[in-house]
Amino acid sequence: MTQFNVLSPTPDTDAAQEHHHERHPVPAASGVLSLAQIREALPGAFRKLDPRLLVATPVMLVVEAGAVVTTVLSILDPSVMGWLVTAWLWLTVIFGNLAESVAEGRGKAQAASLRALQTETSARRLRPDGSEEAVASTSLRAGDTVVVTAGERIPGDGDIIEGVASVDESAVTGESAPVIRESGGDRSAVTGGTTVLSDRIVVRITSDPGHSFVDRMIALVEGSERQRTPNEMALNVLLSTLTVIFVVVCGTLYFLADHSGAHQSWLVLIALLVCLIPTTIGALLSAIGIAGMDRLVRRNVLAMSGRAVEAAGDVDVLLLDKTGTITYGNRQATEIIPVTGVTLTAVENAAVQASLADLTPEGRSILHLVGRSAAGPSGATMVEFSATTRMSGLDAPDLMIRKGAASAVAAWVEENGGTVPPETYVIAGDISAEGGTPLVVAEQRDRERARVLGVVHLKDVVKDGIRERFDEMRAMGIRTVMITGDNAVTAAAIAKEAGVDDFLAEATPEDKLALIRKEQRGGRMVAMCGDGTNDAPALAQADVGVAMNTGTTAAKEAGNMVDLDSDPTKLIDVVEIGKQLLITRGALTTFSVANDIAKYFAILPAMFVVAFPQLEVLNIMRLSTPESAIVSAVVFNALIIVALIPLALRGVRYRPASAVELLRRNILLYGVGGLIAPFVGIKLLDLVISLIPGL
Amino acid sequence: MNTVVAAVLQVAVLIAALALAVPFLGRYLAHIYTTEKHLRVEKVVYRVLRVDPDADQRWRSYALAVLGFSLVGILFLYLLARVQQWLPLSLGFDPFPSDGAWNTAVSFVTNTNWQWYSGEAAAGNLLQMAGLTVQNFVSAAVGMSVAAAFARGLARGRGNGRVGNFWADLVRTTLRVLLPISFVGALVLVGFGAIQNLRADLAMTTLDGGQQILTSGAIASQEVIKELGTNGGGPYNVNSAHPFENPTPFTNLLEIFLLLVIPFAMAWAFGLIVKDRRQGGAVLATMATLWLGAVGLLTWAEIAGPGTAPQLAGGAMEGKEARFGEAASALFASSTTGTSTGAVNAMHDSLTAPGGGIAMFNMMLGEVAPGGVGSGLYGMLMLAIVTVFLCGLMVGRTPEYLGKKIGQREIVLVALYILATPILVLVGAAVAVSFPAGPAGMLNSGAHGFSEALYAVTSAANNNGSAFGGLTAGTPFWNTLLGVLMLFGRFLPIVFVLGLAGRFATTQHLPAGAGTLPTHRPLFVVLLTGVALVVVGLTYVPALALGPIVESLS
Repeated sequence: MTQFNVLSPTPDTDAAQEHHHERHPVPAASGVLSLAQIREALPGAFRKLDPRLLVATPVMLVVEAGAVVTTVLSILDPSVMGWLVTAWLWLTVIFGNLAESVAEGRGKAQAASLRALQTETSARRLRPDGSEEAVASTSLRAGDTVVVTAGERIPGDGDIIEGVASVDESAVTGESAPVIRESGGDRSAVTGGTTVLSDRIVVRITSDPGHSFVDRMIALVEGSERQRTPNEMALNVLLSTLTVIFVVVCGTLYFLADHSGAHQSWLVLIALLVCLIPTTIGALLSAIGIAGMDRLVRRNVLAMSGRAVEAAGDVDVLLLDKTGTITYGNRQATEIIPVTGVTLTAVENAAVQASLADLTPEGRSILHLVGRSAAGPSGATMVEFSATTRMSGLDAPDLMIRKGAASAVAAWVEENGGTVPPETYVIAGDISAEGGTPLVVAEQRDRERARVLGVVHLKDVVKDGIRERFDEMRAMGIRTVMITGDNAVTAAAIAKEAGVDDFLAEATPEDKLALIRKEQRGGRMVAMCGDGTNDAPALAQADVGVAMNTGTTAAKEAGNMVDLDSDPTKLIDVVEIGKQLLITRGALTTFSVANDIAKYFAILPAMFVVAFPQLEVLNIMRLSTPESAIVSAVVFNALIIVALIPLALRGVRYRPASAVELLRRNILLYGVGGLIAPFVGIKLLDLVISLIPGL
Repeated sequence: MNTVVAAVLQVAVLIAALALAVPFLGRYLAHIYTTEKHLRVEKVVYRVLRVDPDADQRWRSYALAVLGFSLVGILFLYLLARVQQWLPLSLGFDPFPSDGAWNTAVSFVTNTNWQWYSGEAAAGNLLQMAGLTVQNFVSAAVGMSVAAAFARGLARGRGNGRVGNFWADLVRTTLRVLLPISFVGALVLVGFGAIQNLRADLAMTTLDGGQQILTSGAIASQEVIKELGTNGGGPYNVNSAHPFENPTPFTNLLEIFLLLVIPFAMAWAFGLIVKDRRQGGAVLATMATLWLGAVGLLTWAEIAGPGTAPQLAGGAMEGKEARFGEAASALFASSTTGTSTGAVNAMHDSLTAPGGGIAMFNMMLGEVAPGGVGSGLYGMLMLAIVTVFLCGLMVGRTPEYLGKKIGQREIVLVALYILATPILVLVGAAVAVSFPAGPAGMLNSGAHGFSEALYAVTSAANNNGSAFGGLTAGTPFWNTLLGVLMLFGRFLPIVFVLGLAGRFATTQHLPAGAGTLPTHRPLFVVLLTGVALVVVGLTYVPALALGPIVESLS
């Protein structure tokens, strides 16, 4: 059973608490599209006009092919409408490319700061005989060992094999407080580019040049290594299908219309085609994917593949370590119970006096609970806690106080002539049954008989708001399982208090792995986080494995995400971001398809009204002229892409809810909204466009 | 009685009868598609066919069996039609021309039953009985088998990709379902006046001294399977408008019942096969919604529909049987186009413009309301998967249907299925109007002429088989074109359906939770209905605009 790093619990705990106030996975401001962003993305948008690059999005390739044809047609037979349609078809493609470029651009700034870490430094490599040689950091290979002392930059990723050091990792994690890294154990991994602040360490390099953690981060945030995810590819198939259908619809319409005496120019048919094929989602699809990764990066989580982000949305079971995730990770005094015949004040005083010099979190928490200090007796010496006595306390000439495990304190009382009232065991037993730890307090005054004063209830305190988050998870259909090394009684009590669905007590890494396999055999997808080397097999087995950045290299290699903040609670965010990614895709697809209905009402009457005047009835938007109607539809089709870029980058608003609720909401918003929006938009555009002379 | 009241009453009677019969038949169908026991007579058939009915087939082998069996059927039927003049009971009819024989062979094997010929003037008794009626049975059984294989594929957990045995499905469907119901049904039809004999035609003198030939034949036996198997190819040219096929308003209702009962029951059986009755209920509810919508609209169009002539005459009775009237004709028309039957009891060419448009739209839905026996179920399930894909994303999970993930490989097969028919229809229509031989067959010019051609290609590619009329389709051009459309319109989708069945039969079954999109609730029925209407609407609206829509607005 792995314990999380509780050496410096403050940042982690604070981050976790802060997090509950901010319920949405995405900061609202990140979606705003600034002019500067657009200016920066424009060159990329034009570069992406290359059909070889557009092949990846067949919908946009069809638009580009259409634009080429209308360009030729407009050159051969120039007309205001021809040129307007042509211009807006090209703009449609460029807007699509722009979306992708903007999404990519957001990662570029981050990549630039990471690149700064890679400036070549000189490293002190150890020869086999133990002597040092100076080499360039870029020439280091996996397996080399180097020495790094205070003030030096660590030349490459590796594991500490000797020494302890405090390391400034702010360049990678953004966290300014230095962290302790030491050889052996679960905090031995160091990242190239970070700086040693104190002491001297020997590091065995674990990555070759170009394959370091920072290299991978750069590739990820820039999107250069982006591979299409399974769901994205499936959606692409569906979009291509719709495209093919509409190509056939428009292609055959030429002949059908001809036969009916309503001849249509190819220009108009191409305009119709581009309006019908799902350009909105086609244009934004890759931007949505890149932005999803970016949202994770902004939360300081690095996903090694988009596949992992998508899988996060599908997770059915969350395995959460108790310590650090569900509880604050240290036991705190929550109650002091006197035995019969002793006043509460008396116990409290004794407990406080015994804890004055106790610097453990448990000791501090007793002072905190009582809320007042008490002067220690004069001439007192502290008795430190030791594993053999299992007690701590103080010794003064006329007073001795002990607090500790029930059996140990009882033995001490009896040793000093006292008797232990049976109710002590009852109280202690009750506390244990509730999952707490009883701490019996006893004293011996003036060399009289020792007596038991009362019992302090130490408790693993469940984090504020965690129960509500688990309720949300349940509403989303995700089961939470708490993993703990505690015994079953303690585990059950905490599980009940925290509101998890299930727990695994006295868990070994093997148990964890077995649990994951069992869930997966049942067809469920499992997410977990871990940091230790012994977590590596489970991290690798889980569908989503988030490794803590404080963890070992083995753990980081095994997981498919790394959390730079090392905050296990973030697993929940990761799930939400995964879901948000899928929902954004679905919502924009629905929106795109629903748009087509209004476009038919705009374009069909415009196409056929000359041959069949009765079709004017279908012109329910009362668009002014057929030409204006067609151009308005094309312009709307292009502008809606730009209008939705912020949504694609930000992701649709997501609140944890059941599938039915989410569906109902999104259908209303994006289905019905998608039905109505273009009627309004096209009508408004027509009011302006009909003013263009020559149309 | 008021026309509207009568219309509502007969629909109510029909729905009541279906509500009684569907659960029983559905349970029976589910049983025969999952049981391992064989009847003695079936064992004899398997021995004769030299097949092992217990061999669980992979989808490829299942598909090859379907295709092989159908190919043999086409060849046999083609031959029979080409040499009928030398065969007994041919009534002295000439052989079919090669293009006509091709068309008819494909037409009956694909469960389309498009008829370019007049049955009573071109097909002898042997061709009707040994050729066409046999295919009426087995082509229906093929469709139901494929649907059963698909349901089993979905029902099986991470398996070895096996979907059942085609020969067992085929034989069981024919012997245990179609034959017994047909037998009873034929007796009832005979009881109400349908004819069933092998006599020579009867020449008689009418009251006013004129000469009339009364045709004869094994009509009732072909009639019942024509409806029950959603075939539609009747022995008479005017099909179910002929009193020997459809003598009374009661038999009219019975025939409508017969053509609807198996498609609806298949949906029920589906729920039982996948061990979740509610899923079958949702599919059935969607089918019923679309069917009822079409019935309502078509009935409205025929009773109160627009058009100068009907409004002057007080009703759109042109091309309808006085015995049935507008409402019963509209109910028949919407049911025959909603199923892939294609039998008619009125001339669809004479439906009002919106009425004809609705009949066409019904077929364009891909025969899912409630569709052909078998093909209705698998067609609706394909649409359900598309719906699940779109809506599944919106709940933030990789879409799944009945616990089966819809990934790229699944969606490719669904996409191919969805693409096949619209491409056939639209390209077919473009070809039909672009060659001189196409328009040459149209009776009318303008929008109505176009509707005739569009109806014909839609009917063929969707394996419906009903004709708008007005189109002289017995030409080499139309025979060949429609034959090609029927063939690909039947077997391309079947191959994709079986491919998907095989795929599902290998993938793991995922448990449902609060995060999974429920596919049995009214919300899903609404979405599925919406997706069917929108997808079809977007595909066909431009073509419909040039035909029925223009006509309706005239």
